[in-house]
Amino acid sequence: MKITSQEDFWSGVMFIGFGVLAIVIARDYSMGSAMRMGPGYFPTVIGGALIVLGAVIATLGFKLKGEGIGVIPWRAIVLLSAGFAFFAWGIDTVGFVPSLAVLIVLSSLSNRQYKWIEIAIETVVLIAGCWAVFIYGIGLPFPLWWGA
Amino acid sequence: MSELQQLFPNLYLGFEVALSLKNLMYCFIGVFAGTVIGVLPGIGPLATIAMLLPITFNLEPTSALIMLAGIYYGCQYGGSTTAILVKLPGESASVVTCLDGHAMALNGRAGPALAIAAIGSFIAGTVGTILIARFGPPIAELALKFGAPEYFSLMTMGLIASAVLAHGSVLKAIAMIFLGLLFGIIGTDVNSGRARFSFGFPELTDGISFTVVAMGLFGFAEILSNLAKGAEAQSRDLLTRKIDHLYPTKDDMKRSAWPIARGTALGAFFGALPGAGPTIAAFSSYALEKKLTKRPELFGKGAIEGVAGPESANNAAAQCAFIPTLALGIPGSATMALMLGALTIQGIAPGPQVMTQRPDLFWGLIASMWIGNLMLVVLNLPLVGLWVRLLRVPYRLLFPAILTFMAIGVYSVNNSQFDVYMTIILGLLGFLFMQLKVEPAPLILAFVLGPLMEENVRRALLISRGDPSVFFTRPISATFLAIAIALLAIMVLPAIRKKREKIVEEPPAV
Repeated sequence: MKITSQEDFWSGVMFIGFGVLAIVIARDYSMGSAMRMGPGYFPTVIGGALIVLGAVIATLGFKLKGEGIGVIPWRAIVLLSAGFAFFAWGIDTVGFVPSLAVLIVLSSLSNRQYKWIEIAIETVVLIAGCWAVFIYGIGLPFPLWWGA
Repeated sequence: MSELQQLFPNLYLGFEVALSLKNLMYCFIGVFAGTVIGVLPGIGPLATIAMLLPITFNLEPTSALIMLAGIYYGCQYGGSTTAILVKLPGESASVVTCLDGHAMALNGRAGPALAIAAIGSFIAGTVGTILIARFGPPIAELALKFGAPEYFSLMTMGLIASAVLAHGSVLKAIAMIFLGLLFGIIGTDVNSGRARFSFGFPELTDGISFTVVAMGLFGFAEILSNLAKGAEAQSRDLLTRKIDHLYPTKDDMKRSAWPIARGTALGAFFGALPGAGPTIAAFSSYALEKKLTKRPELFGKGAIEGVAGPESANNAAAQCAFIPTLALGIPGSATMALMLGALTIQGIAPGPQVMTQRPDLFWGLIASMWIGNLMLVVLNLPLVGLWVRLLRVPYRLLFPAILTFMAIGVYSVNNSQFDVYMTIILGLLGFLFMQLKVEPAPLILAFVLGPLMEENVRRALLISRGDPSVFFTRPISATFLAIAIALLAIMVLPAIRKKREKIVEEPPAV
């Protein structure tokens, strides 16, 4: 048996995974009866359906011809996630300007053809624009800098 | 007669609300902002509305909704401009417009292509507005008679329709529906007060916020996928030729008249059907026009029918999608779910009662849709030059800006760090979905409907003492389920399956 469609096989596995997770966690919740369903009833039924569908989809991975899975852009994944996470942590801690600056610079770096001068200009322009729209215009209550 | 009297005072009230200077301004801002973002390739209406949601927070509900609706059809429209000029659909419903619209542009007829798209959209929008005004109230009245079984069956039908009409494998789409229902369960169970699937995070006891799911699956993931494609996907085939004569010839108009009429009808049907939407309407219209034309060889090489039909269809569908949303309180698509979410943020419980309790809001919104469509025609054609310049901004400068708006948008909905972290997780999950070629659209619809479905199935079975036959013995409920089963059965027939593959061959996102 050879996997001919990576995307079908692995999406089947993913659905089975979610289904198993749902059922295992829902075991802590009471099931109740069809007439008086407990909090565990609906998730268990859904988990079961996911496992069945996932199994069918995964077996199709041995029958259908797939295109394969593309390259994983690790650089973009790491930089974008880091930028977002810093923004979330920073906006109320170090302020609007520094957290946006970090987000913009980190995300710009995820493209390999970056130019520092472009990044610098974009950072300044974007922060000014966002300040004008969100803080000056709509009045969202973000501190601009730390300690403010 | 009494109905006519009923209809006109309502529309009159609506225009009174929508034509106030303040609301005209919000409508204009919405339409303009929506078009600007819609013109940018790769950001659909869903991400656009989610991104611009915070700017409506401080408005009163009617103005907020008018502005959001403006954003909605603004980006629908901006998508067509991009499709015609650079062959990059700004949103999935304009994928088909690329085929003949861009071919027309290459033949030096970008002007007429843009103009006919505008005219078709406007006509379709007008018809859509009338249909909502005409059929909204009776549907809402009918909906007031719905009990739990009817609501459950209606939602089941909508979800099945979204799976059958989605791109790619139906099996995967159905699995995505169940996954969406599962995501919807996260949070506190209303009946027992038990927190489910919260993994120990107190933030999760309120469930995952809808904006987070929308931004993660459709915003963050999309950017990752574009970056993964690398530089070659970012160079654009931008039309450098000057666009001189805008106006279509008499022959163009004659050839477009019927496609516009047919597109409008198809669009109205698919729009009002929960689970379907602008994308499928546009694809069906293109397929229909190609079949009906006497010159099929021209299709793909710049046939104006291939622009007029789909553009009318997608606008009519976008408009009529408000029928189930406003009359039943059940969103027919993910975008509509976001509109309902906005309504809830404004403190209004969606449902059939909105029409009677807040007639100013309901009719004001409907009137403003028409005004918004008019603004789009007036606004877009003279501003084509501006859109072209906007399209010249390279992606490497664009995506950090999009990310910034997204981050501010997600954070400001609840002022929650946690929401931003969740967006990262859902973004990565969304990217995984794209790599595995599973469509996220059915998931997000199920995510919204999940809690409603669970509540209604529980209530229905409580009333029937656990007897599931209640869904089949009540006539309205049975009809919905019969349609759902028919939709599934149709998929099994090989001939129709092949046709569906042909119609939905291009990847529709939301």
